[in-house]
Amino acid sequence: MLHDRDRIFTNLYGLKDPFLAGARARGDWDDTKALLAMGREAIVEEVKKSGLRGRGGAGFSTGMKWSFMPKEIGERPHYLVINADEGEPGTCKDREIMRHDPHKLIEGALLSGFAIGAHVAYIYIRGEFYRETEAFQRAVDEAYEANLIGRNNVHGWDFDLYVHRGMGAYICGEETALIESLEGKKGQPRLKPPFPANCGLYGSPTTVNNVESIAVVPDILRRGGAWFASIGRPNNTGTKIYAISGHVEAPCVVEEAMSIPLKDLIERHAGGVRGGWDNLLGVIPGGSSVPVIPKSVCTSVLMDFDSLREAKSSLGTAAVIVMDRSTDIVRAVTRLARFYAHESCGQCTPCREGSGWMYRVLSRLARGDGRIGEIDMLEDVTRQVEGHTICALGDAAAWPIQGLIRHFRPELEARVQARRHIQAAQ
Amino acid sequence: MSPKGQDFVQPESFEFTPENRARADAILARYPEGRQRSAVMPLLDLAQRQHDGWLSRAAMDYVAGMLGMPPIRVYEVASFYTMYNRRPVGRHHVQVCTNISCLLRGADEVIGCCKDKLGVEVGETTEDGRFTLSEVECLGACTNAPMMQIGDDYYEDLDAESTGRILDALAGGETPTPGPQNGRRAAEPIGGPTTLVEEDS
Repeated sequence: MLHDRDRIFTNLYGLKDPFLAGARARGDWDDTKALLAMGREAIVEEVKKSGLRGRGGAGFSTGMKWSFMPKEIGERPHYLVINADEGEPGTCKDREIMRHDPHKLIEGALLSGFAIGAHVAYIYIRGEFYRETEAFQRAVDEAYEANLIGRNNVHGWDFDLYVHRGMGAYICGEETALIESLEGKKGQPRLKPPFPANCGLYGSPTTVNNVESIAVVPDILRRGGAWFASIGRPNNTGTKIYAISGHVEAPCVVEEAMSIPLKDLIERHAGGVRGGWDNLLGVIPGGSSVPVIPKSVCTSVLMDFDSLREAKSSLGTAAVIVMDRSTDIVRAVTRLARFYAHESCGQCTPCREGSGWMYRVLSRLARGDGRIGEIDMLEDVTRQVEGHTICALGDAAAWPIQGLIRHFRPELEARVQARRHIQAAQ
Repeated sequence: MSPKGQDFVQPESFEFTPENRARADAILARYPEGRQRSAVMPLLDLAQRQHDGWLSRAAMDYVAGMLGMPPIRVYEVASFYTMYNRRPVGRHHVQVCTNISCLLRGADEVIGCCKDKLGVEVGETTEDGRFTLSEVECLGACTNAPMMQIGDDYYEDLDAESTGRILDALAGGETPTPGPQNGRRAAEPIGGPTTLVEEDS
């Protein structure tokens, strides 16, 4: 178990003062100038050495992503964009950073901005997080007043941080959709390439990083990449904020070591599964977009990128959604199918048409109103959506349904058969 | 989302108040020269807040004029994002999350209580125009499920009883305390944190 001394987010629950005085007492903004003095390349190297993989879901190396930015600042300014459009069902970790540890994020933004040559950063916060935005803006105002950021600040790297609120569109969590939205358009993802590092916000070199990825940067630089890399296991390093929701005794957000066994995470921090471990049906381990894993897998799987991939699921945002045996798993996945149909931006035909079709068929099957063969047809359609769209929303719409069919097919079949029996009896 | 059984009238014109005009200028200053279009979302939000929580055609045209955008580009934005209400809404917009984490922990009960108390179905506004009930997608407070948003505030860790109490308070002109309704501070485990308790931290 992670020691408190190795925890980064020491005010995760807001029990202490989230603002500047409290943040300084917790070590934020402590000689940040010395960290900047490492120089751009050394900072990127240190973050690479830490093994930090993006905390927004895709898990791409953060240091590597930074290294794709042009080395020299040319005619086009560089931009840092922080993705705070937290909307993946089950996920509520960045909210806690913004409202309770905002200065870690602001300091991280300055350091990361410097590392990629950006004098301007935008943070795109989902619109529903109004109070969180207020808290975060207050911290930004404090940082400006204390001359920690802004023009001619004490750190010697001019840096403006602007807050931009979304207005309710899950798709804007996709980095190019977020950029489109920030430019004042509908949030529809762009084709890649060109990648944002080459042509992003306003056609300029841009890096988009998740809130948690940015907020851990100051600690990585202060304590060293090797410290971060010593937590977890190779290729799955560092601390991670987990959100545990659903059928547990004590749902919570908690910072733990990467690669903690799922069972330990649930039992140590979330009070265990309601009714005991044997009452567990399955877990969606990384937010709604990743396939469910059944209890048999949950017992041994580790909460990291590689272990969950081997289990045919994914770490995603590390939002652990626990379902006990009272769960109507078909209804739960149908609800997710409805979500993706609602959130499809409408740009790519397989997703726009497929997400609605999958939802309608699954709704029927949930009532038992269908034929057994339609389960295979549904599975086939998920394969036609998956991988055939510009962004990953198509995959995200397909995977939960694939997980359902893979692990709970008998449940679907039983419903169809039960309804047939009722009809036959009538 | 118009009041039940009645249509609504689009106002003839819209204009920011001087205070909001100043706010709009501050918003515009966040974006580079020539990129004013980036301000369309915050300006539409400002317009909506000024106009009883909904965005009239006149307001969209006004924002389009301010930013030098073709009106259709503004309508596209207003119709793409769910937080823009292009029809009148009640003074209290009750938005209940029914996505997975809330569903697992009793969103049905919360929605049921809202329907009973308010006497409306999802998507409807009460006759007196005070409450609109909506079902929404994940609001990102999943460890504090089930939850709902009313106006700008989150009410979390709900059950039928606390939901009813909140709606009664609003109906009585009070402002109920937002946040978790079961005694916890934020997203720590109920019963107290399991971390950040060591002496040396």
